[in-house]
Amino acid sequence: MSLWRLRSYLRPYTWHIWVMFGAAFFMVAASTTVPLVLEAVVNGPIRRGDRGQMVPMFLAAFGLGLLEVVCIFIRRYVQSIAVLRVETDIRDTIYEHLQRLAVAFHDQWQTGQLLSRATTDLSSVRRFMGFGAIFLVVNVTQYLVVMGLLIATYPPLGIVVACMTLPVVMLARRFGGRYSSLSRRMQDQQGDLATLAEEAASGIRVSKAFGRGPLLHEGFVDTAETVRKSSLEMVALRGRFWALLELIPNLAMALVLLVGGIAVANGGMTLGALVAFTTLLVLVQWPIIDIGWILSMAQEAATAADRIYEVLDSVPAVSDPPQPVPLTHPRGRLAFENVSFTFADADTPTLHDVDLVLEPGETVAVVGATGSGKTVLTALPARLYDVTGGRVTLDGVDVRDLSLADLRGHIATAFEDPVLFSMSVRENLTLGRPEASDEEVREALELAQADFVYRLPWGLDTRIGEQGLSLSGGQRQRLALARAVLAKPTVLVLDDPLSALDVHTEALVEEALERVLRDTTAIVVVHRPSTVALADRVALLQHGRITAIGTHSELMQLPEYAHVLSMEEDDDIDIDMTGALT
Amino acid sequence: MTVSVEQWRGVAAETTDEVSAKLSALLRARTRRLLGDLVAPHKGKLVVYVMAIVVSVAASMAIPALVGIGIDRGIPGVRRGDYLPIALTTGLIVGCALLQALLYRTFVLGTGRVGQDLLLELRQRIFRQFQRLSLAFHERYTSGRMISRLTSDMDAISTMLDAGLDTLVTAVLSIITVGTVLLVLDLPLGLVALASFVPLFVLSRWYQRNSTIAYRATREAIALVIVHFTESLRGIRAVHAFRREPRNNEIFGELNEGYRKTMLRSFQLLTLFWPGIRFIGNTTTAVVLLVGGLRVINGDMKVGVLASFVLYLRRFFEPIADVSQFYDSFQGAAAAVEKLAGVLDEQPSVPMPAQSLHLPSGGWHGSVRFRDVDFGYREDVPVLGGFSVDVPAGQTVALLGKTGAGKSTIARLLARFYDPLAGDVSIDGIALRDLAEVDLRKAVAMVTQESFLFTGTVADNVAFGRPDATRAEIEDAAAAVGLDRVVQRIPGGFDAEVGKNGARLSAGQRQLIALARVILADPAVVVLDEASSSLDVPTERLVQRALRTVLAGRTALIIAHRLSTVGIADRVLVLEEGVIVEDGTPEELLVAENGEYARLHQAWKDSLV
Repeated sequence: MSLWRLRSYLRPYTWHIWVMFGAAFFMVAASTTVPLVLEAVVNGPIRRGDRGQMVPMFLAAFGLGLLEVVCIFIRRYVQSIAVLRVETDIRDTIYEHLQRLAVAFHDQWQTGQLLSRATTDLSSVRRFMGFGAIFLVVNVTQYLVVMGLLIATYPPLGIVVACMTLPVVMLARRFGGRYSSLSRRMQDQQGDLATLAEEAASGIRVSKAFGRGPLLHEGFVDTAETVRKSSLEMVALRGRFWALLELIPNLAMALVLLVGGIAVANGGMTLGALVAFTTLLVLVQWPIIDIGWILSMAQEAATAADRIYEVLDSVPAVSDPPQPVPLTHPRGRLAFENVSFTFADADTPTLHDVDLVLEPGETVAVVGATGSGKTVLTALPARLYDVTGGRVTLDGVDVRDLSLADLRGHIATAFEDPVLFSMSVRENLTLGRPEASDEEVREALELAQADFVYRLPWGLDTRIGEQGLSLSGGQRQRLALARAVLAKPTVLVLDDPLSALDVHTEALVEEALERVLRDTTAIVVVHRPSTVALADRVALLQHGRITAIGTHSELMQLPEYAHVLSMEEDDDIDIDMTGALT
Repeated sequence: MTVSVEQWRGVAAETTDEVSAKLSALLRARTRRLLGDLVAPHKGKLVVYVMAIVVSVAASMAIPALVGIGIDRGIPGVRRGDYLPIALTTGLIVGCALLQALLYRTFVLGTGRVGQDLLLELRQRIFRQFQRLSLAFHERYTSGRMISRLTSDMDAISTMLDAGLDTLVTAVLSIITVGTVLLVLDLPLGLVALASFVPLFVLSRWYQRNSTIAYRATREAIALVIVHFTESLRGIRAVHAFRREPRNNEIFGELNEGYRKTMLRSFQLLTLFWPGIRFIGNTTTAVVLLVGGLRVINGDMKVGVLASFVLYLRRFFEPIADVSQFYDSFQGAAAAVEKLAGVLDEQPSVPMPAQSLHLPSGGWHGSVRFRDVDFGYREDVPVLGGFSVDVPAGQTVALLGKTGAGKSTIARLLARFYDPLAGDVSIDGIALRDLAEVDLRKAVAMVTQESFLFTGTVADNVAFGRPDATRAEIEDAAAAVGLDRVVQRIPGGFDAEVGKNGARLSAGQRQLIALARVILADPAVVVLDEASSSLDVPTERLVQRALRTVLAGRTALIIAHRLSTVGIADRVLVLEEGVIVEDGTPEELLVAENGEYARLHQAWKDSLV
């Protein structure tokens, strides 16, 4: 059971837990004995009119009350510290694990689903750990003790009453099974709802551009309604269960009166015993009723823990090898050897039979139509995805045998969607090399023609808005390029790095880029003839295969290559798209 | 940071923990208004459920009394051989038990339904409000905060609903009945007991003041956690590629710790409050014992009365503790409602009338007019000043210019993401601000720089342009931009799931989907903001050709760096610092002396070889 597995997070707080339990038992004991003591005082010294006893009695009552309060305080104090620490620890673990999980995992998992695990589900677990777990133990103990007392008071009737445990347990089991599947369903739906909220937030520009707020609203409300329905089913189940838990002890009381009354009349039981019996019976009423909400809480925490472990149990598809090969001064020979790549849920490979060698310092342009697999190809060297066949090597070492930190320290990527974070321009730029000096930053910005940052309100310290969307596409792209270059990598991977630049800027960036590429191994995905000029060689990618490698002028002889790059208007658009060469 | 009373409206107070007493009162009043507004339609039902639980509590309280009667009357009856009294009382107990259970269930189900209805209503309102609010708001507010409002805040309210209104009602009932009983039993002693309300009230006020602040802080702290969480997962590629994990873990650790501290603060307040309530109760009991004892000794009171008084006292303070427990979850929910009320209070800076004030007779033609438009994202940095341009219906206009020249701004104004600070933008002579959203989007739609995809299939995403489109229409729109060929290569074709934010598709594929969307949407005016930058040349060419057909008879404003796009334009506008410096047909501008366009065109031609 996942909830039980979470106990490892409690280990550092073992001491806290003992104190919590101790204080809880003491508190229950105090609240049970205080009335008895008060009664004794009233019937004892007061009835006797012992005036001299009044002050010590007052102090005793006050002291007992104070003791109870102190117990409550200690339990709550210790509990709030331990439980919140545990929650924080688990959330940190979830986040750190998510950071480790490979891109392929994140492609599949909705952010909203992950978020609901780290917030909503975790709160359920925390609530159970804080209250449910303790009172489960306390209530069961109280129940057993009182039952023992009942049996001791008058065994025949005690045993009859103890039999009511049976329906309670049976009900609890039935309730638990059904409640748990409902709770799981509701938590999943809440995750869906979080996902819709996340998408509506991220896609606000698109929905505004098309006036589709009402459409998204409809989808959100539909899911919100399923959450409502599931919640209502849970409420209904809870209501039935709780009502039955209220009913059972009351029926037992009726039974006790009937049987006990007859027994007293027949002399089988004393009247005092019957009165004591009914008083004790009231004492088990609360543990039984409380079991209702504790069980609901426990079931919700259990399914929440299941959901949390689904994430924590996911093994990162891309991880450090057990014994990484050290890589100190790589020369930068990058080779794709018979590489194929298939997405986990796809039947057909996105890339197959890819052989490509980049000698140190060489720049290879990858040219191909939309959807030919260029982006996946660029993701393989830095192990954003792992190949599903063949291997990628850096200086002859399989990239999977290198530590990720080493590998990614040597390979820098500029993505076709420039990902910027809401932090300062400087932080965004030095992501790959936090120790870069201002001078180096300036050089990189100059290369990427991104000196506009100095004109931002606070220059390099300007905080970029969410996803950098306050900047234009061209500006974002130039920052991403500067960032990749600033990392001073051995291998530079540029995925269509100049697409959003105007012709003028593009020419300037190309000129500067040429210097960097002279002694850096680079793969550049290219759509324009001008950028091809940066490359020593060009690889033509068609339907997941490299169909031709050579210099630009060599490849220009191939009609399908010329076609992919040519701006000339022609009418034979069909030849390249259907892949005549393959 | 503090917020003055004048600027408290909307979400202004969100990032502040410390607010002045006056502002706090204003915020509370706003929260109460929202709550009242939400509860109002359910008032009738709630009264019925409360009545049900009152009867239920009465039935449950009757049982001990019936047991007493059973013992007093039933047992002698049995001794006489008369089983009727004991059978009768037993029957009555069973009846009371059944009635209690039944009504209790009715209450739980009924209030549960009301609670869920409230939550649904609130979710709807908040979501609709977020959709209604303008881009300027969203850019300030960030998506993480919006997510936090829609998830974590709702959880806080949900927790309160689960905390059990029944405990509250039961508790209040017990307090009233037991309180009355105490006064009846012995007036002076009852007054001593009721005097405990004074310290209770003081303590509660203290708790309310402090927990409001504490819970307010937790709402903000969790929002920050969520903001960082979603942002770093959305950018996971860059996180991995640049080994950002350690620093991210550090930042998250700090935010998470910040949340823990705010939570601890609110927990610790409760740690003081709850035992405090108990302490007052226990002390009062001790005082009652002392005073009562003296009264008994002085003969003013019977000892039996004192005994039952002391017993009842327990049943008086127990429910008060329950109420305080409920009060805690109420405070947590109130902090969330306060934030939500703030969001609901925001006014869109680009308000759309519910009904268009004017509509063109005979449908849209699409003539666009910018008249003396002033605009800047920040007041002190103007982007456009007195900008005017007329685009006749059916014309395709290409906007050229360097980064920062104002191209995207013009596009956003035309799509009414923002309103001009002065002047106006109109289509067919009708100011955009007079149009309802549904009419506005029939008139103008825009393909933005980032081609965001929603969860769903490729077809779903194209259909975003026009949700009621048939499958054939969707495929036609896709075919028009060459998306059909690309889709053939994707396993699953049009029914392929695009993955989170289209993660499985390349930027080029996503742009094609975005273009197909606008073709399906079929507006009179099309705005394309760098909508084809990631396409390969043949696809772009295909798109050009498609656009030529699609844009015929439509007005279009195109921003593109690729001069190839200009090939389909009837007219080119070259912008420099928000001013049109060249305006003419591509042919005219090509031959202009020292023209910027001619220069760009030459550079572009050079880049092609």
